[in-house]
Amino acid sequence: MVNLIWFGMIFSGLVVAALTGRVDAVTGAVFSSAEKAVGIAFSLVSVMTFWLGMMKLIEKSGMIRWFVCILRPLANLLFPRVPKNHPAMHAILMNMSANLLGMGNAATPFGLKAMQELQTLNGNRTVASDEMCTFLAVNTSSLTLVPTTVVALRAATGSLNPTEIVGTTVLATLVAAVVAVTADRILRRFSYRR
Amino acid sequence: MLQAIISTMAAWVIPVFIFVTLVYAFAKKVDVFDTFVEGAQEGFSTSVRLIPFLVGMLVAIGVLRASGALDLLIAAATPLLTRLNVPGEVVPLAILRPISGSAALGITAEILHSRGPDSLLGRIASTMQGSTDTTLFVLTVYFGSVGIRHTRHALAAGLLADLAGMLAAVTICNMVFG
Repeated sequence: MVNLIWFGMIFSGLVVAALTGRVDAVTGAVFSSAEKAVGIAFSLVSVMTFWLGMMKLIEKSGMIRWFVCILRPLANLLFPRVPKNHPAMHAILMNMSANLLGMGNAATPFGLKAMQELQTLNGNRTVASDEMCTFLAVNTSSLTLVPTTVVALRAATGSLNPTEIVGTTVLATLVAAVVAVTADRILRRFSYRR
Repeated sequence: MLQAIISTMAAWVIPVFIFVTLVYAFAKKVDVFDTFVEGAQEGFSTSVRLIPFLVGMLVAIGVLRASGALDLLIAAATPLLTRLNVPGEVVPLAILRPISGSAALGITAEILHSRGPDSLLGRIASTMQGSTDTTLFVLTVYFGSVGIRHTRHALAAGLLADLAGMLAAVTICNMVFG
């Protein structure tokens, strides 16, 4: 699927560029995008290093039990087959907490950690497990309680009431999350697995 | 009031989180610095392993944007989405949101600037921006980092969620603010 999309994006881009005479712009875009990608990876080094260090502290001190307590009902519902005290469950819970609290740059490190741990439970190393798909579905619906970025942007553009969209946003993310989980549950039966 | 709470929260959540984590670990007699360093070891290798996936995806997005193909896609999707009550002005946002986080944020900022954050359009754009995520980016990076090649139905579920989130944003805003 991703192979097809990637091919389609570049193929259609090049064809359109050739037809509209924008080939120069495309060459420039290729290399400036590649540079931007490496920049993103390196800016991730700092947050990853910091938050993975914090994560180890949270696990070792036993503070992780607080998160487990609060989010366990939800996590059990979504990931019934991940053992309760497995590091994968810890990372999933930390990722969800970070998203809910609007701790933007902490969510990605915890999420990547969760994927690594889910991979240790995965029978086939190149095919996504059911749990990974569920985790991704929940993650892409960006379930949150505090949409910090948008509130800041609204305040910056002179809104009289920057937070009036918090309620509508939380409701919309809830709808997205319910659809994501439902779609995941239905589609997983039809999608290829070995 | 709510704004005060949110901006206070945004400012305090990370310092408080760090404080509580450290104090609790210290009280439990964990060697705080050694443990931090032990966990932090993985940070560099994990990030660097993402470079090929990021380069691949960002180049494809860059080509799509620079060539004008994305504008064609938006033009093609506009009649479809306006039929679903999505205002024409936010269609580019709806299309770009799952593909590129920075581009989507740029469009939201532009709408808030030109139409005003407190207009109906501004509110819809804000809600959309906050209630969906960069599905393609998250998928590429998360699966890429552990070497998953068959992503099964994850993309379909993610894009369906994005569509649902967008339509929900429009409908809810029309009901609440319209």
